[in-house]
Amino acid sequence: MKLKLHIWRQKNAKSEGRMVTYDAPDVSTHMSFLEMLDVVNEGLIAKGEEPVAFDHDCREGVCGSCALMINGVAHGPQRGTTTCQLHMRQFKDGDEVFIEPWRAKAFPIVKDLVVDRSAFDRIIQAGGYVSVNTGGAQDANNLPISKESADQAMDAAQCIGCGACVAACKNASAMLFTSAKISHLGLLPQGQPERQRRALNMVQQMDKEGFGNCTNQFECEAVCPKEISVQFIARMNKDYLNASVCGPDPGKKAGGED
Amino acid sequence: MSWLKQTINSSVGAKSIVALTGLAMVGFVVGHLSGNLLVFGGPDAINGYAAWLRSKGALLWGARVGLVAITGLHIYFTIRLNLLNKRARPIAYAKKSYTRASFASRTMVLSGLLSLSYILFHLAHFTFRVTSPEIAALGHTDVYQMLILSFSSPLVAVTYIAAMVLLGLHLNHGLSSLFQTLGLNHSKYNPIIRSIGPVLGSLLAAGFMSIPVSIMLGILK
Amino acid sequence: MNLDPKIPSGPLADKWTKHKFDIKLVNPANKRKYTVIVVGSGLAGASAAATLAELGYEVLCFCFQDSPRRAHSIAAQGGINAAKNYQGDGDSVQRLFYDTIKGGDFRSREANVYRLAEVSTGIIDQCVAQGVPFAREYGGLLANRSFGGALVSRTFYARGQTGQQLLLGAYQALERQIAAGKVKMFPRTEMLDLVVQDGKASGIVVRNLVTGKIETHAAHAVVLGSGGYGNVFYLSTNAKGSNVTATYRAHKRGAGFANPCFTQIHPTCIPVSGDYQSKLTLMSESLRNDGRVWAPSSTGDKRRPDDIPEAERDYYLERKYPSYGNLAPRDIASRSAKEACDEGRGVGEHGLGVYLDFRDSIKRLGGDTIAQRYGNLFQMYERITGEDPYKFPMRIFPAVHYTMGGLWVDYNLQSTIPGLFVIGEANFSDHGANRLGASALMQGLADGYFVLPYTLSNYLAGMSRDPVTTQGSEFRAVQNQVEEKLKRLLSINGKRTVDSFHKELGKIMWDKCGMSRDRAGLTEALTKIPALREEFWQNVRVLGEGENLNQSLEKAGRVADFLEFGELMCADALTREESCGGHFREEYQIEGEAKRDDENFAHAAVWEYQGEGKAPTRHVEPLVYENIKLATRSYK
Repeated sequence: MKLKLHIWRQKNAKSEGRMVTYDAPDVSTHMSFLEMLDVVNEGLIAKGEEPVAFDHDCREGVCGSCALMINGVAHGPQRGTTTCQLHMRQFKDGDEVFIEPWRAKAFPIVKDLVVDRSAFDRIIQAGGYVSVNTGGAQDANNLPISKESADQAMDAAQCIGCGACVAACKNASAMLFTSAKISHLGLLPQGQPERQRRALNMVQQMDKEGFGNCTNQFECEAVCPKEISVQFIARMNKDYLNASVCGPDPGKKAGGED
Repeated sequence: MSWLKQTINSSVGAKSIVALTGLAMVGFVVGHLSGNLLVFGGPDAINGYAAWLRSKGALLWGARVGLVAITGLHIYFTIRLNLLNKRARPIAYAKKSYTRASFASRTMVLSGLLSLSYILFHLAHFTFRVTSPEIAALGHTDVYQMLILSFSSPLVAVTYIAAMVLLGLHLNHGLSSLFQTLGLNHSKYNPIIRSIGPVLGSLLAAGFMSIPVSIMLGILK
Repeated sequence: MNLDPKIPSGPLADKWTKHKFDIKLVNPANKRKYTVIVVGSGLAGASAAATLAELGYEVLCFCFQDSPRRAHSIAAQGGINAAKNYQGDGDSVQRLFYDTIKGGDFRSREANVYRLAEVSTGIIDQCVAQGVPFAREYGGLLANRSFGGALVSRTFYARGQTGQQLLLGAYQALERQIAAGKVKMFPRTEMLDLVVQDGKASGIVVRNLVTGKIETHAAHAVVLGSGGYGNVFYLSTNAKGSNVTATYRAHKRGAGFANPCFTQIHPTCIPVSGDYQSKLTLMSESLRNDGRVWAPSSTGDKRRPDDIPEAERDYYLERKYPSYGNLAPRDIASRSAKEACDEGRGVGEHGLGVYLDFRDSIKRLGGDTIAQRYGNLFQMYERITGEDPYKFPMRIFPAVHYTMGGLWVDYNLQSTIPGLFVIGEANFSDHGANRLGASALMQGLADGYFVLPYTLSNYLAGMSRDPVTTQGSEFRAVQNQVEEKLKRLLSINGKRTVDSFHKELGKIMWDKCGMSRDRAGLTEALTKIPALREEFWQNVRVLGEGENLNQSLEKAGRVADFLEFGELMCADALTREESCGGHFREEYQIEGEAKRDDENFAHAAVWEYQGEGKAPTRHVEPLVYENIKLATRSYK
C-alpha cells in the first residue's frame, strides 16, 4: 500500500523544526511501523537526504525507547501496543500519517523524533527504589507476600518508562509514570519504610521537572502500552497527602519536641 | 509550617485544594437546591425558610464569606494549575486526537467560567436585586413571588436553564474527579465512583431546572 | 598470551569461600580514591556499578541508550534460575552446577560454574529485598516454573517480564547511587575504544552521541558489561543497538577473545515475514512447558494446521527425546526444527517454521489458565503475526539469541589485559557451548552483585591510590585514532547504506556460520567477509555530521566492527573440528547428534589479535574436569 507521511524534522535542540511530507510508496501490511520508517530512511539515504532519527532499541515492546506520536495518538491506534509492535495492518492504502515527537517542556527535542527523557531518571533518583545494599538480604521466602499484592505491584512495575502518558496528556503530566513506581514499591512490604518520603520526594521532583498536572481525563491510561491503571495515580495522591498531612515534619528532627 | 507551603505548592496538593473546595461548593449547591425545592410546598414553605435563614444573621454572613473564600480558592488554584499545564507543553502537536477524555472533562474551564459569570448575574438578580425594579420592589421575604415573577420572563428562564446545563456538565467530570484526586479509589467501588459525577451532576441540574420549567408550564403560579 | 585461569586450590565446593577470604581488601576509607569505569548498564553493568558504588568506589557508568533502564537485559522474558530448592524436588547447588556444565556440553570451567550455582540463591534474596515482584503462590511464597534442560523447577519469574523486573531492580539501585553522587552516569554515550597504558587498562574513549564530542575517561579499572554480539547476524533477538564494538575494540587492544563461534540459536522465535524484517522476536522458552512442538509428517503438507489429523503430525521432540520431550535444551530443539524444515516439512509462507501448539493444554487446563500463564506472549504473537494463537498453533522458527563466546576472563573475571574486567554476556565464562534457559539473568547478576565486587578489590588493593588522569600520551593517541576513523566513515560517501552491508554480512553468517556449519561454507565465508569489508570501506554512504546525533554514523562504526569480528567467528568455527552445544559441524555427528571430541577440543579457544591484515593467533585454555565425568550429553 501507499502512504503519505508528515514527519517532524529538526536538526538539533537549538534549531527550528517543521513538518515535512514524504511518500512511502511500497508498504507491506506485515511490516512493523518502525520497519516502514527503516524503508523510508533507506530511500532517503539513496536520495542523499539525511534519514529521520527516532529512538528504538529492543523492538519487542519492553525497552521503552520507541516513542512516536502517530496521528495525534501516542504509539498509534492500537491499544496496549508500543510503536515498535504496531504493525502496518492497522493502516490502509492512501492513509495520511502524522508522525511527531513527544511534546513536553520536560522532554526537550534532541533531533527529529528523538526526545530527552532523562527527567524520568531523575524522578526515580528522587526515591524510586528500596534502600538496600547488596548482600545481607534475608532468605527470600522469609517474607510472604500475598499473591494479590504481588500481582498488583507487578501491574504497576510493568511500566516501561516510554513517556506515552506524558505525550498523550493535554497537560504533559507525568503522574502515571511517577505513580506507577510509587505504587509498585508502596504495595510491597519492602517498600514500606520509605513509603512516605518516597511519595513526597518523587512528586516534588516530578513538579520540578516541569511536567503538568493531572486533570483526570485518563488519556494516559488509554495510550499506555502496558495499560497501567490510573488507579495508581489515586494511590499516589493518597500517599502524598497522607505523607504531607500526617507524616513527620521534614523541618524537625525526629524524636524530639524541638 | 514549611510543609504546608510545600504541600500547597505541589501539584498533588494544589489539585486536592481544588477538589476539596469543589466538594464544599457541591455541599452548598445541594443545600441551596433543597431550599429552592421548597417552592413546590407553596409560598409559605419557601418564604418561611427564607425568613428563617435571614434570622441567623451572623451565621448566614459567616457562611457567605466562607463560600466566597472557597470559591476564590477554587478559582485561584485552578488558574494556577492551568497556567502550569499550559507551560508544560510549549509547542502544540500538529495533530492531536483524544481517545478517552470525556466532553465534560475537556470543557471544565469553559463550563466553570460560564457558571461563574452566571453566578454573578444570579447574585445581582436575586440577592442584590439590581437587575429589575419589580424584584427590588418585593420584600426580602417574598421569595416565592420573586421566583414566579422572574421566571415568567422566558429570557431569564432560558438563561437559567442553560446555566444549569453548564453546572451539570461541570459536576459531571468534577464530582467523580475529586475522588481520584483525593485518592479515594478502590477497584471494587470505582464503577460507582465514576458514575457519581454523571448521575449526581444530572440530578442536581434537573432539580434546579424543575423550578423555571414548572413556572413556565404554569404548574407553579 | 597468559591464560592462567587462577582457579583457587581446594575442593570445588570450598573454592569461592576460600578465595573470598584470600582476597585483598581495600580499606573502606580508601575506596573513594579509586575510580572504576563500567561500560553497559544491563543486568551485569548496572548491578556492578551500583554495588561498587555502595562499597564506596567512585564509579563512571556508560550506556548508549538514553537511559540505563533500556539495556537489552530488559527484554528477557522467561525467568532466572536459582538453586533454592523451594519446591523440594531435589534441586541443589550441585545439581544446578551439573545441569549447567552438561547443558553447556562440557565446554565451561568447573570452578566458575560451581560459583555461579552457589551465588544463585543470594540473587533471589537480593532481588526480593529490592522489591522485585516475582510471581507468588497464594500462600505468599515464591512460585517456580520449569525450563529447558532441567528436570527440577528452579526458575523464578515475574510474568513474562523477568528481565525487565530484574533490570529495573538493578537500575533503581543504580539510580540511588547516582542520586548519592557515587555514580556518574553517562547515557547516550558509546565506548569506542579502550586505552591501555603501561600494560594496564586505564580508561576509555567515548563518543557523546548527542553532541558528537569524542571524550576520554580515566580509571583505575575498566569493567565491560556490554553484552553479546548476536547482531553480527543482522537478524537476531537482540536489540537493534546491541553490538560488539566495546569488546572487539578491547580485543584489538590485547584482550583475548574466547570461543567466538559459540552462539545460541533460540528455538522459539516468530518466523521472518519479509526482507524488510529488522529483528526477530522471541517467544519465551517457558511456552514449551505447555506447548507441543510439531511439524507435518509428510513433506509439502500445505493444509491448515487444524485440518492435519493427529496421526499425520510429528511431535518430533517428544519422539526423539522422550524423557525431556518439548523441554529439550535450546540447541537440540533448534536443530530439530531446522531438520524438519530442511526435509521440506516446514510450515508458513516460506516453509521456515514449525508449530508450537497449545490445543491440548487448552483442553486440559482451560483457556483461562493458559491466558494467565502466557497471556502477554499470546498477545504479542497476535500483534506481530495477526493470527490468534488460542485458535491456531503458533508458528515458530529458531533465531540467534545469545552468544556464549566473549572476552576471555580468569576466575576473577579479569581479561588478559590487567585491569580490564568483563562481566555478563560480554565474557565467555560460564555457559560453555550452550546456555540453558533462565541462566543468562543468573550469570549477569551473579557477576555484577556477587563476584566482581570481591575480585575487583583484589586488583585495586595492589594499585596506587593516586588520582587518574587522561593526560597520558596514550589517551591522545587513541582519541586521535577514533576521530580519524569517524572522519573516514563520513567522508567515503559511496552508494550503499550501512544497513545493506549489515544485512549482507548477516546472511553470510547465518548461511555459513549459523545453526550448522561445515568446512566448505566457513572457508567460503572467510573469503566473502573480507571482500565485503573492503567494499564497505570504499562504498558505504554515511550522511550527516559528526557533531550531531547521527544514527547512521553510530551504526556504521558498529557494522565496521562486525565486519572484522564475523571473520574471527568463522575462523573459530572452522578450527573447532567437533560439534558441541550450539556449534554444530556437519562433518562431526553421529546419527544426527553432535559428536564431541574431548580428546582434542576440551578447551576454550582464545584468539589474540595480531594487527591489521594479519591472521589472529589461536591459543587454548585446557578445561580440566576434576569433579564430573565427561559424558555424552543425552536428553533421550
